[in-house]
Amino acid sequence: MQSEIKSSYLKLIEQIFQEENGRVVASLIGFLKDFELAQDVLQEAYLAALEHWPQAGLPPNPAAWLYTTARRKALDRLRRATNLARKQSLLKTEAEIAQLPDYPDTDGPFADDRLKLIFTCCHPALNLEARVALTLHTLGGLNTAEIAHAFLVSEVTMAQRLVRAKRKIKEAGIPYIVPARDQLAERLDGVLAVIYLIFNAGYTAIRGVQLVRREMCSEAIRLCQALLEVCRSEPDLREEPESLGLLALMMLHDARREARLNSNGEMLLLEEQDRTRWKQNQISEGEALLDRAMSLNRPGQYQIQAAISALHCQARQPEATDWYQISVLYAELNRLNNSPVIRLNWAVAVAMATSPARGLELLAQLETQGDLKEYYLFHTARADLLRRDGDWQQALAAYRHARTLTHNTVELAFLQRRMDELQLRLN
Amino acid sequence: MRYMALIYGNEAASINMSEAQGQAMLGEYNAFSEMATARGALLGGEALLPTHSATSLRVREGKTLTTDGPFAETKEQLGGFYLLKCDNLDEAIEMASQIPGAKQGTIELRPIVEWD
Repeated sequence: MQSEIKSSYLKLIEQIFQEENGRVVASLIGFLKDFELAQDVLQEAYLAALEHWPQAGLPPNPAAWLYTTARRKALDRLRRATNLARKQSLLKTEAEIAQLPDYPDTDGPFADDRLKLIFTCCHPALNLEARVALTLHTLGGLNTAEIAHAFLVSEVTMAQRLVRAKRKIKEAGIPYIVPARDQLAERLDGVLAVIYLIFNAGYTAIRGVQLVRREMCSEAIRLCQALLEVCRSEPDLREEPESLGLLALMMLHDARREARLNSNGEMLLLEEQDRTRWKQNQISEGEALLDRAMSLNRPGQYQIQAAISALHCQARQPEATDWYQISVLYAELNRLNNSPVIRLNWAVAVAMATSPARGLELLAQLETQGDLKEYYLFHTARADLLRRDGDWQQALAAYRHARTLTHNTVELAFLQRRMDELQLRLN
Repeated sequence: MRYMALIYGNEAASINMSEAQGQAMLGEYNAFSEMATARGALLGGEALLPTHSATSLRVREGKTLTTDGPFAETKEQLGGFYLLKCDNLDEAIEMASQIPGAKQGTIELRPIVEWD
């Protein structure tokens, strides 16, 4: 019985961790100005919760309870600090902390410092890898081992990366603030880029059997929701259309996540997917977000990508896809954000709207520009258009070439399936 | 916090400047110094003569070995510095982005070690 109660509380604490950890850790870092200390004492507070809550019952405001407990533990540690110089600097912190009102164990106001923390973790003075790792580690609920696994580095490497990032924040004086108004737009772009990178890392793994890393995608969505939530109370940020656009984009992509693999774990193309497995409620949510973003009349790359994703989601059968509209959106996206990958997607959309032969012409032009020669998706796109055009011999050769450019086992299996199909037709 | 703003640039370009260009640049640096002083952020700063006037030395086994030239040959050379007092890195970046040399070269911001 006792252990049953304990395990039900363990579940509860896990849930609270998922929902509240970012907020509590942000507030702690805000007061302590020390990432390491904040995370350590919060960890202890969770352990304390596991001890106390099964006996005393769930406090009315668990986040505030965790916060208050962690703060007390931080105070204890500061008092025990032996190093004199450290002690002096900590005493100042201690005095500051002591002056703060205790958070009542009720639904009292709880300072939300997440926005400051997001901007600190995504500061451009940190390198991109550090920004992503730090954001996941402090605001997301992922531990070092999980982040290391997701980015294909050893746990030791990831731990070092995190330590180095935290040290840089401290030593270089990276502030714990929402940036000044004139830097805000630029810095927000950087935050969105980190969130999207996290989502993509979850959505398409470079190597390994697991094509989708669910928790990374959910984490990115949660972070973006938290960003929007806290931005709403900032007069200069409010409803930033690109933040809404990014959330819409991730929702729409994520709605199709389950359908991308068949029951054997093989990758399926959009046109092969069972569209009844797409999550309709999530698609509606994504579309509503996109509508709100577009009503603000400031288009941007995430909104356009979300619009493309929405057009795919709206087609009940693959043949009903509005490829013309999609090709127009890709052209617009390329105008905003000129990139060879976007031009590749544009060429495929044009091919689907007109003919495979036209698409192959466009791909031949793109190939002369050089950037895509070693790009796996360029060669699969070319192979696919050759296949649609009935040129099986050439298609097979293109798939073979594509196979040399990926390590992802799911993608390799997909290529093999395509090659087997073509071989059958050729025989 | 105190930050050292190290100003790196292509010194050959500065050496080959016309008299008028040189005067204009000097004017820009004076304007920056005035602005930084007015904000109470300027603790110090100097311009350096080009690296052809540099001497490098090291002491090994009690002997001082000197060589002509800078410590390392690089594409951009250290041409001057400012010592700035700022609340945090964001403020230091904002301040350093107004150093005239930032438009052609690179400013490296280094926090100063505070011994306390």
